[in-house]
Amino acid sequence: MSQPTDLPRWADIGLLPLVCLAVALLVAGIVVALVGQSPWQVLAALVQGAFGTPRGLSYTLYYATSFIFTGLAVAVAFHGGLFNIGGEGQATLGGLGAALVALWLSPVLPGWVMLPLMLLCGALFGMLWAAIPGYLQAYRGSHVVITTIMFNFLASTLLVYLLVNQLRAPGNVAIESAAFAPSAHLMSARELLAGLGVDWPGSPLNASLLLALLACVAVYFFLWHSRSGYRLRAVGSSPAAAAYAGIRPRRHILLAMAISGALASMVGMNEVAGVSGKLVLEFVSGAGFTGIAVALMGRNHPVGVVLASVLFGALFQGGAEVAFDVPGFSRDMVVMLQGFVVLFSGAMSYVMARPLAALLRALQWQGAKHG
Amino acid sequence: MAGVFPVPALQMAGIHKRFGDVLANVDVNFTVQQASLHGLIGENGAGKSTLMSVLYGFYPADRGRIEVFGKRVQIRNADEAIACGIGMVHQHFMLVETLSALENVMVGAEPHWHLPSASAPVRVRLDALMQSTGLYVALDATVADLAVGERQRLEILKALFRGARILILDEPTAVLAPQEAQQLFAVLRQLRAQGTTVILITHKLKEVLALCDQVTVMRAGRVVDDMPIARASVEGLAQAMVGRKVQLDRPPAVVTPQREATPVLLAQGLHLRDASGVQRLAGVGLQLRAGEIVGIAGVSGNGQSELLDVLSGLAAPESGSMQVLGRQFASAAWLDPFTARTIGLAHVPEDRQARALVMDFEAWESAVLGYEHLPQYCRAGWMRAGAMHQATAEMMERFDVRPRKAALGSRKFSGGNQQKLVLARELGQAPRVLLVGQPTRGVDIGAIEFIYSQLRAMRDAGCAVLLVSSELDEILALSDRVLVMVQGRISGALDIADCSEERLGLLMAGASA
Repeated sequence: MSQPTDLPRWADIGLLPLVCLAVALLVAGIVVALVGQSPWQVLAALVQGAFGTPRGLSYTLYYATSFIFTGLAVAVAFHGGLFNIGGEGQATLGGLGAALVALWLSPVLPGWVMLPLMLLCGALFGMLWAAIPGYLQAYRGSHVVITTIMFNFLASTLLVYLLVNQLRAPGNVAIESAAFAPSAHLMSARELLAGLGVDWPGSPLNASLLLALLACVAVYFFLWHSRSGYRLRAVGSSPAAAAYAGIRPRRHILLAMAISGALASMVGMNEVAGVSGKLVLEFVSGAGFTGIAVALMGRNHPVGVVLASVLFGALFQGGAEVAFDVPGFSRDMVVMLQGFVVLFSGAMSYVMARPLAALLRALQWQGAKHG
Repeated sequence: MAGVFPVPALQMAGIHKRFGDVLANVDVNFTVQQASLHGLIGENGAGKSTLMSVLYGFYPADRGRIEVFGKRVQIRNADEAIACGIGMVHQHFMLVETLSALENVMVGAEPHWHLPSASAPVRVRLDALMQSTGLYVALDATVADLAVGERQRLEILKALFRGARILILDEPTAVLAPQEAQQLFAVLRQLRAQGTTVILITHKLKEVLALCDQVTVMRAGRVVDDMPIARASVEGLAQAMVGRKVQLDRPPAVVTPQREATPVLLAQGLHLRDASGVQRLAGVGLQLRAGEIVGIAGVSGNGQSELLDVLSGLAAPESGSMQVLGRQFASAAWLDPFTARTIGLAHVPEDRQARALVMDFEAWESAVLGYEHLPQYCRAGWMRAGAMHQATAEMMERFDVRPRKAALGSRKFSGGNQQKLVLARELGQAPRVLLVGQPTRGVDIGAIEFIYSQLRAMRDAGCAVLLVSSELDEILALSDRVLVMVQGRISGALDIADCSEERLGLLMAGASA
């Protein structure tokens, strides 16, 4: 997933993602032009839709919130040497955990107890859902990529079963749980900003964005300033060196997966506590998978994860606007556009590294010759 | 040899190469006569790897001219180097472990798309090549099953198969047992007799003297000496490489080891099997006393690595017991590396890149590996980056690690400097028992001298040192007592006064003491 490149650090972190993004947009632009649309018009509509209005910006950040959680989840696992594909399932379980405790206790508990309890319960569920594949990897040698993918299916089936057979309110046709009491609602951005005297339009954006940013800071300090983070990174980059150092690799594999699962679970806070106020089907809607691309593009660093999340949030939100605004530009074209960004920025991010390194070397050489 | 052929095999003239502000090659002139064995020596970072990389097309020189067999050439990549008749055998082999030897030779040079049709003519040619050179390899064996020496022969065979007339060997004997090295030398002499030109990059001066016709010495990016072997000596070459006189041999003993003292480490009846069931340790017992260096000699692969693993707590034996620093361990509840460090047992492992350092970490992070829990590095679960940086800077100063950049990636240091950093870390906590594996493998001669003096200083300070080395010279230069390991057993124990290279060689080969 990560090869050493010849690029200087600033170029590796700063320039390479931009180059990848530019290439993705270029290729997408060519396809757009091929189907007879104006790439400029589409790009303008996309940027305008994502950032042009307070409402558009709110949606962009709302999407970004979920991506930050899942992106961080993938990043932490990656530093532990694990490729966690199970963000989707762990987020599903996180939402389930939060919803169960909310359904049970929200009528009796005040918000300031209820919401932390939902966060905690969701995190425990997500942790558990990630720790099982982690355990199987560490102690039984089952590859975590395979098991986490399977656990995604299990999570989704479990959610359907519970909603259809157990949690659906009697007489309700829609497959969803009963609504939580108001104490289980996370403040929306509109309510938060109204408190500060700012009139902000209504949107799904809610206080979990602050939780996401807090999680970024926490992940940063954990990975690079705590002893556990140090050991986790040692296990991730060199299990043999870690064993030599007296660090127990298995325990840290379990730890990395547990933290990863807890981070992914917080998507549940954004969706269940922040937006729907009840448990619904498919509330994760692919954020777990987008998190993989986010982590890849963000180079597994919290700051990169935030930036990449905003980019993907903008693509989701702006893309929806483009499908609405530009006649003849279908929803499928938007998905294609997103696909190109994922392809070039995520999966193929290192394809550009070598040509870029060669270019930089050539420039340096020229500079040395003239200098 | 020289003079028989009108043009040299290789002539590199005025090669300049800089990386950033480092001048890796400065106006290097390097000429190799046809059908000769040419040694290229120098410390790590002297520029010999850069020179060979320029020759092999890994990167272009900033300036300079390359002529191969009298013809000026531009070499931009490995394919062009091969086309010029240049073959390279890297120190770390470039083989596909899951393929057979034959398939490895064919990869990238298959004469036919249908593999059975391709392999038949390749096999015929290889058989002929093996006959004429003596480079015998079991062609149908999977590379993973081949011994190190055999893999190396395969690499050479691969280069020759692709038409190499100039063969570059990078530290070829670093991984070989003495007998294997002798076999390799015989092959190289045979190749020379058949007209192949061989460039030997090495640290081992004795090998150069025994094997080469001509030797070129590099230091700090420049060629500082170039002479026929008749005029060279170990002392002269060492001095040319390092730029000053070097002392590697035993200094007169300062402290007599305390023979009567009770051992600080006493291991008995250690048995160990590896994952595939092969017996690696068969009843090893040894004692280690304070203030002595005990050398474990042996051809590599006779259980020395496993012994280090067991004694350091990285692996638990099937049976056996150990008493170390007042603690008693049985095979069921064996020592673990964390406890080992806590009680004052330090370990400098054989494979520093895989074990002793996390290559992705910056030096200051690797410099506390295994000690990250100590209060000076960690308080209440949080790492103290400032203290770690400071400690690393001190380690680098004390052990002369270059460059002195605590924030540089562990990977970016040369082998010798990585090793000095590891030693600085392990010796820094004043251990009472020190286990050292191959302390100078891939380390240049100036650093070797320094490492030897540090190990002797530890001994003189009362530390018990166990030294595992496949270099007889190293064993002889450092040890007070020598144990020889053959097939997982201690086959002989000698006082240093009774040791000679011949006697140890015989013991290593399996003769009884």
